[in-house]
Amino acid sequence: MDKPRIAVWKFASCDGCQLSLLDCEEELLDIVGAVHIAHFLEASSRVETGPYDISFVEGSITTAADAERIHAIRAASKLLVTIGACATAGGIQALRNTRALGDLVQAVYPVPELIEVLDRSTPIAAHVTVDAELRGCPVSRQQLLEFVAAALAGRKPDLPEVSQCVECKRAGTACVMVANGTPCLGPVTRAGCGNLCPRVGRGCYGCFGPVEGANCVALSEQLDALGLNGHAIAALYRNFNSGAAAFSEEAARHD
Amino acid sequence: MAESYFLTDPRRLLEDWLSAGWRVIAPLLRDDALVPDILHDPDALPRGYTDQQAPGRYRLVPGDSERWFDAVVGPQGWKRWLHPPERKLWSARRGETGFEVTPDTEDWPATIFFGVRPCDLAAIARQAEVFRRAGDPAYTTRLAATRIVAVNCGRSAETCFCASMQTGPGARSAHDLALTEIEGGLLVEIGSKDGTAMLEGRALPTATPAQVQQAALRIEAAATSQPRAMPAKIAKRLQEVPDDPHWEEIASRCLHCANCTAVCPTCFCTDVTDRTSLDGKTAERWQRWDSCFSLDFSFLNGGPVRSSTAARYRQWMTHKLSSWHEQFGSSGCTGCGRCITWCPAGIDLVAEAGALAKGE
Repeated sequence: MDKPRIAVWKFASCDGCQLSLLDCEEELLDIVGAVHIAHFLEASSRVETGPYDISFVEGSITTAADAERIHAIRAASKLLVTIGACATAGGIQALRNTRALGDLVQAVYPVPELIEVLDRSTPIAAHVTVDAELRGCPVSRQQLLEFVAAALAGRKPDLPEVSQCVECKRAGTACVMVANGTPCLGPVTRAGCGNLCPRVGRGCYGCFGPVEGANCVALSEQLDALGLNGHAIAALYRNFNSGAAAFSEEAARHD
Repeated sequence: MAESYFLTDPRRLLEDWLSAGWRVIAPLLRDDALVPDILHDPDALPRGYTDQQAPGRYRLVPGDSERWFDAVVGPQGWKRWLHPPERKLWSARRGETGFEVTPDTEDWPATIFFGVRPCDLAAIARQAEVFRRAGDPAYTTRLAATRIVAVNCGRSAETCFCASMQTGPGARSAHDLALTEIEGGLLVEIGSKDGTAMLEGRALPTATPAQVQQAALRIEAAATSQPRAMPAKIAKRLQEVPDDPHWEEIASRCLHCANCTAVCPTCFCTDVTDRTSLDGKTAERWQRWDSCFSLDFSFLNGGPVRSSTAARYRQWMTHKLSSWHEQFGSSGCTGCGRCITWCPAGIDLVAEAGALAKGE
């Protein structure tokens, strides 16, 4: 395979996932040796036109202009891969999806009439076909590297489909919920972060979004038994992945 | 009857073994629990703890300050040492005309497992049988270079049910030494020739008949205190109830998070994954723990065979308590109770088995 042409795109987001790519310090030279960076504004002001072999897309769709722009990117990309919680689930900004937009804009901005946004923050997959999703807030750099390495080798990338609990157990971290009653979203969250929080005694915040078939109802019963009230349970699910169906539906049950 | 000895302080033995160059692995204080890890200093051996265990709940709490072994099984057994969660199988390097494969070699130093509970002794024996039949020598190799110091249980946690699985609370499977906590110290029993060698150079006094009897009574009391018992005919019963509506009822509570399989000391399933370098010159094959609760586990061409949580729970429980007998000649359950304690949803294997055995 010739060096694949890679593009990195930004929508509504904090840039943290793109930074994860730049954060691959030791591997950066290997990456630029293996791929051709054709469009990555955070790394280089040199911009090349498509088509692109792989487009990594960060951020959610929050404006009419972005809803148009993503179609052009899709048309110019062989593989379109969303990176991070914004692109895969609408991000922290999807918190506004359950409220009246006008009220929020009035409350937040000094000149509300300058704000032109869509009612809801939506993931990329709500607009165009997505070939693969890398989860997380931010995305895991190991997964980014794995995806590129797998694409180069022509093999399926090894992306976790299991719960965060599996990652904790492989790492030897004792369950924070069972051992000291710390509320944790691990059992309903997809693995991939490297069990960052439980290994220092914190509960999982669900940064990697719901695992397939997440049984949030059963988990909430345990959170209730730990003494969390409905508001606190809803707040736990309303985080970086509040727009993901399993989390938004469960949060709504506790309003 | 084999001769028994009396020891006042287990740290004296640990000092002997550490200074003789053994790697000692013992349950140590970590993550608000007791977890087997490498012991460097005999004084790091936890003392004065006990545990409170219930479905979905574990608390390590202060107990009798003089006692060493009142806190029984913790969040993980010895599986992660003998059957590591991640293990490199081989690596390969691309050459001019092809590629060269190098099997991974491992350095497993002479090791002592200190403080193995009887249920976990049984689990080690059962996993050894699984890997023997599978023709995977890695487990056997590690075990052969490991000496096992068992600790008989003078106290059971509420979730323990080893008595009904015939694995404890006194040691019944292979070990080199067995300790039982009694008044003022420990009764030491020798379980093998290696065990005799491990006591060389330390002249321990012979235990009195009263001390031997006290140890036996404590083990018996631990057995009779266990509130849970696995239904005796569960192996046969589970073969008769694949369509029982109770599986769906369990599934409504089950998080399919795979905690039960990860903490189970006999669950052995693995997956393999390949890693390749960005320059395409090197590759590695890794084995890692998998679980019948993950969707990928039963993925065949076209989709997973067990897509529902009910099907996955049924697979786990039926294999563990029933078809394991046909496959490996014993139950896959040793009654340690970890799947009950460490289930974040508090699903109780024994209670579910009881519900399924009803109407037998």
